[in-house]
Amino acid sequence: MSEVVLTGVVKRYGAVTALAGVDLTVPSGLLTAVLGPSGCGKTTLLRCLAGFERLDGGEIRIDGAPVAGAGRHVPTHRRRIAVVPQEGALFPHLSVADNVAYGLDRAARRGDRVEEVLTLVGLAGYGDRMPHQLSGGQQQRVAVARALAPRPSVVLLDEPFSALDAGLRAGLRHDVREALRADGATGVLVTHDQGEALSVADRVVVLRAGRVVQAGTPTTVYREPADEWVAGFVGDAVLLPAVVEDGSARTSLGLVPVAGAAPAGPATVLVRPEQVRFTTGSGPVTATVLRHDFHGHDALVGLRLADGTRVTARILDGGPSVPVGTEVGVTVDGTARAFPTPNPSPRPRPHPHPHPHPRDLALSARTKGADAGESGAESARSAGGWDAAAGRAGVRSAGASSAGFS
Amino acid sequence: MRRLAPRPALLAASTAAVAVALLPLVYLAVRTAEAGLDRLADELWTERVALLALRSLGLAAVVTVACVVLGVGAAFLVTRTDLPGRRTFAVLAALPLAVPTYIAAFAWVSTVDGLEGFWPAALVLTLCSYPYVFLPVAAALRGADPAQEEVSRSLGRSGWRTFTAVTLRQIRPATAAGALLVALYVLSDFGAVSILRADTFTRAIFIAFDLGFDRTGALVLSSVLVALTVLLLAAETATRRRGARYARLCGARRPPARLRLGAARWPALGALLGVAALALGVPAVSLAQRLVTGVSRPGALTEVAAAAGNSLTASLAGAALTMLLALPLGLLVARAPGVLTTVLDRLAYLAHALPGVVIGLSLIFFGITVAYPLYQTRWLLALAYATLFLPLAVGAVAGAAAQSPPGLEEVARSLGRGPLTVLRTVTLPLTLPGIGAGAALVFLTGMKELPATLLLRPTGTDTLATELWTATSVGAYAAAAPYAALLVAISALPTWLLVARSGLLDKEDRG
Repeated sequence: MSEVVLTGVVKRYGAVTALAGVDLTVPSGLLTAVLGPSGCGKTTLLRCLAGFERLDGGEIRIDGAPVAGAGRHVPTHRRRIAVVPQEGALFPHLSVADNVAYGLDRAARRGDRVEEVLTLVGLAGYGDRMPHQLSGGQQQRVAVARALAPRPSVVLLDEPFSALDAGLRAGLRHDVREALRADGATGVLVTHDQGEALSVADRVVVLRAGRVVQAGTPTTVYREPADEWVAGFVGDAVLLPAVVEDGSARTSLGLVPVAGAAPAGPATVLVRPEQVRFTTGSGPVTATVLRHDFHGHDALVGLRLADGTRVTARILDGGPSVPVGTEVGVTVDGTARAFPTPNPSPRPRPHPHPHPHPRDLALSARTKGADAGESGAESARSAGGWDAAAGRAGVRSAGASSAGFS
Repeated sequence: MRRLAPRPALLAASTAAVAVALLPLVYLAVRTAEAGLDRLADELWTERVALLALRSLGLAAVVTVACVVLGVGAAFLVTRTDLPGRRTFAVLAALPLAVPTYIAAFAWVSTVDGLEGFWPAALVLTLCSYPYVFLPVAAALRGADPAQEEVSRSLGRSGWRTFTAVTLRQIRPATAAGALLVALYVLSDFGAVSILRADTFTRAIFIAFDLGFDRTGALVLSSVLVALTVLLLAAETATRRRGARYARLCGARRPPARLRLGAARWPALGALLGVAALALGVPAVSLAQRLVTGVSRPGALTEVAAAAGNSLTASLAGAALTMLLALPLGLLVARAPGVLTTVLDRLAYLAHALPGVVIGLSLIFFGITVAYPLYQTRWLLALAYATLFLPLAVGAVAGAAAQSPPGLEEVARSLGRGPLTVLRTVTLPLTLPGIGAGAALVFLTGMKELPATLLLRPTGTDTLATELWTATSVGAYAAAAPYAALLVAISALPTWLLVARSGLLDKEDRG
């Protein structure tokens, strides 16, 4: 049960700055997910926390006591921070019980702590096995039990489920969270999988290019992302150019109420696909059904609005599916989130964001497209490019968003 | 983004170790330079040197190829097939390590009259040194990830093509390391080529030195030998692919599937038996014949016991010193690969390829002029062994260190264990088998070492090898036999340890 506070943590490898001033609080007794695309510095962050790396700046405190920072480096074994590496890294020469008992002192080894944590991870009775006799998932469970056994201040989990298949992963991460909770442990889970972060963690910290972009509960990060990049990274996003006036945004989807206080003027608004509703027959905004991706528990329906903008709607019950080509009426449920356009000039710059992202290109292209639709000034632009850009802009899926950040 | 922290202490210790190993080379360079350029040119540009070079390289090439074929073949048969009695054959294939080349040569000469020259030398050297390929390759075959072969089969490759495309590549580093050892061993072998009268560099150097008192001639020939060694090392580096590390990142060990030999097991059995008969049977029979006469000589047993004691202490001291020097360098090779590390590693190999004669002479010089207290002590001999056998130990340490990846140690430290505890509970248990194997190899090779021991043993302390040499050189084969038998018996023990540690004897269900 410990609170970990990072202040302005900087870590460089030669010319590469892996962490460019990370401020972060890991609350006691909760599981915090550090989420980011590959290469964002999340593994470096974990290695700094564990004491495997020395900081180049900033400070780390555990329960108020500095463990790393100006001239100070408490070695790993005195930090009480247990690590669960990606590949488990069980000691191959020790049995499961001896692996779990590794961090315990002599007295505790004789007690029932080993069996207790093995039970927590669902491996009661496996103590006598050798690591090579276990499946990948079981090895990972043992690694978690081993980390929990000495009751560390913090358990660091470094993408511990990424090598496992999806079905196993869901079950295991649930069990691991329950095990951490039952033990009252403070956890930090490093992951690039937004679904994992949102479903498992009590708090999510989004990391990009060595900086924290947002920290909050999963609900906050999903519903009120700090910027368009986070919006697209943590889930499917429909991002539309808009003009905000009096708490509402004028978009291709009509007038959508905007959450919070948004300044008037041009902006990009975020609508989640599950907010997009459509009914057969016409409405104030009409669209054509382009595709229908059935996922079992839900379905994503691709729509093309009358002005050419593409949006995606999520429908829970894949039920009476709408045939491709059908004309539907579209409405938006709930409120949208508006991100004021940083440079309110009529012709946005090609790369308005400091961090390159594939979507930036799409955004600017689409904005130009929208201009063309309204004024006809840009009608000479090639239709193919327009379409491709708009298609890309319609939905940002988290899975594809790591491009450009590796 | 895992980087290795710079390890200045390790680097310094490694540099010191290599510096010690290079003492003889420095002596060689200094002495050769003293001779002057004209004298050097006179000695170098002769038909005899060219012939010697061709013959030495040819012998190294023939023996290396033969050892790779024998070693890889035997390793595959005992680790990957259902060959009957494969555990016995694993031991038999490693046992020739216990037969010094000069004993094997002596056994062949005394069995087959008039046996001498290039091809007999090649035969004897092959039979004695193919375990250098067999042992690492067998270990690699056991440790290789069977999933890669399964993937290859699933991609439509036949068993044979999988073997050539996947398995052979997996064991490539082990094979290359073994082959390099063999080639270097042949280049520096002295006993067998002398007894079998194959005119190579080492023999010519010894003759020039021992009979002609021609120091400069011997040193020039030694320089050419060093140059050949450098060539060999360069060739090996050039063929080694960059980043050819076949580490397995996840999962625990799983024993590989075994190939069913079917009817092919009879020729396979025959081949292994034949090799064992030639490598072990011939020396055994020859020694047994002469042993009875040799032992019944009056006073033979006390002399043998004294010599055995000297051999043991000298080899133990040598092995201890060698491991001490090899530990930092081996760790450096395993944990912080880089240009500097490669250079140090190669330099260590360089000293290994020097003939024992040159090592011995250079250390006599070193003892007299620099470290007089060491002169005529067993520590100077230990230093010679360390110089000669450093690469054996470095390879073993580096291989062992790879068994304990840094990730494991990090996990252990994160569980609240200090560096020393981690060393004791994780690093050492995982690496000691490999380091122990390295120490055993050094000890064993030290027992067999002849030329440097001849030159450096303190006056009056004869070892088994030198007593054997003295008796053989006067044709007293019967008197030599007890020493030879004891040498073989003592060497068999570390060989046995080596085999046991290599996992070749493990039960199949164990990983």
